[in-house]
Amino acid sequence: MKEFEKVFKTESEVADFGREIGRNCSPGTVYALIGDLGTGKTTLTKYIAEGLGVEESITSPTFNIVKSYYSGRIPLHHFDVYRLGSSDEFFDIGGEEYLEGNGVCVIEWADLISDVLPDSAKIIEISWPSDAKVDERIYRCSF
Amino acid sequence: MIDVNKKQFHGNEADGIVRDSLRVNSKDIPRKDFITLAIESSCDESSASILRGERNLLSNVISSQIAIHKQYGGVVPEIASRHHLENINKVVEMAMDEAGVSWDDIDLIGVTHGPGLSGALVIGVSAAKAYSTALNIPIVAVNHMHGHIAAAYSAYPELTPPFISLVVSGGHTNIVKVNDYTDFEVLGETRDDAIGEAYDKVARVLGLGYPGGPKIDELAKQGDGKAVDFKRTWLEKGSYDFSFSGIKTGVLNYVNTEKQAGRTIKIEDVAASFQEAVVEVVVTKAMEAIEKENMNKLVMAGGVAANSRLTEVMSKKCAEQNIEFYKPPMIMCTDNAGMIAIAAYHKYFNQGADSLDFDVLPGLEI
Repeated sequence: MKEFEKVFKTESEVADFGREIGRNCSPGTVYALIGDLGTGKTTLTKYIAEGLGVEESITSPTFNIVKSYYSGRIPLHHFDVYRLGSSDEFFDIGGEEYLEGNGVCVIEWADLISDVLPDSAKIIEISWPSDAKVDERIYRCSF
Repeated sequence: MIDVNKKQFHGNEADGIVRDSLRVNSKDIPRKDFITLAIESSCDESSASILRGERNLLSNVISSQIAIHKQYGGVVPEIASRHHLENINKVVEMAMDEAGVSWDDIDLIGVTHGPGLSGALVIGVSAAKAYSTALNIPIVAVNHMHGHIAAAYSAYPELTPPFISLVVSGGHTNIVKVNDYTDFEVLGETRDDAIGEAYDKVARVLGLGYPGGPKIDELAKQGDGKAVDFKRTWLEKGSYDFSFSGIKTGVLNYVNTEKQAGRTIKIEDVAASFQEAVVEVVVTKAMEAIEKENMNKLVMAGGVAANSRLTEVMSKKCAEQNIEFYKPPMIMCTDNAGMIAIAAYHKYFNQGADSLDFDVLPGLEI
């Protein structure tokens, strides 16, 4: 694990970062996204999907909890666990089958189920600088 | 459980299923007496319904709407599949009791197989397959979205396709051209958040809690919809697609800017202004689709059809343009098995029964 911090001034910088993750990630990797509403968790996921070669457009998984895409080089499971009351409910919806499968899991609001995430999960914490410009974001990563 | 590593077959590929009518004589029963049992468990609700003929719902039991735990020992629904498992047989039993039918009366079983949450869908599908096998009753796999579109038939005996359906719910935002009972053409869909998700997220920003739709609707009645001019997202000219993630960010930025400047936010005005922006985009695109497709009927569907402002503006526009406006009663707009029964009836008489090896399809499209 190494920790690093990046400051992205524009969405196109986020796009480059996301696509690179998508091109290089291996099966079974879990990306835990942590950050408030509007920090761009779904936006980052869109670019990871692009890097994976997913053809469909990525829509919000908030209502459905998880949406899966199979058109890229490996399956992508895109979670938003905000609506889950607890880590138990993550198991109840079959969450561990996704974590242990051979796809890539990107989990929004992962801090809400931190106790069930694998130790190998790669953590991306997204926040605004204190004097935020609209598009500027700080990424704190633990990979 | 399903294998999450493999793509389950989607959309029209389902038409490749070998259809196998188990009760060969089912189609000889007069259609007005034909009895369909339907099961729905695609997301939060476990539901079962009995339909007589094409549109006459004898019962429609929805787990969240009843004190199921008192009489039948089930639990109040949540997302967890475990709760569907505990409820599913009970809602079926209740639906049959209420309708006064027995297993001998059931001519068809319809069940939602997607879209939805796989762990939830699989409970309803397994139960339906078990009933079908044990009792030798034909089964059809129903698309949840076709169910939403079919919901209005129960309330309006005179309603027939073609029409434009506006499906607005927690997870979906679609403008659909309904050519016939089983023939659908998606004209527009959301590219990011569904309309219900946008309401819920804005409600979170305003500190209103979940689900956000009814709360924003209520607050907005006391606010000024012109107070804040939130940017409408129209996308390319002529597109019927939607994008609602921008307005969520717009509300967030507005609230943060006002707070930083030390100004007090009137949340009634923010709620009303957000709602005005969303409703304007949805209604405008739906009306454009009606005009372009040369239709004269608009049918609302899905949980967000309960929104009072959307109904008010949509029905007014329809009246101005001489378009017939249909909105099913609230119980038929939320997720329910009654709408699945109606869709199942039409699928069966158009395409026949499905063989038992159909899968749940969490990503099924209209």
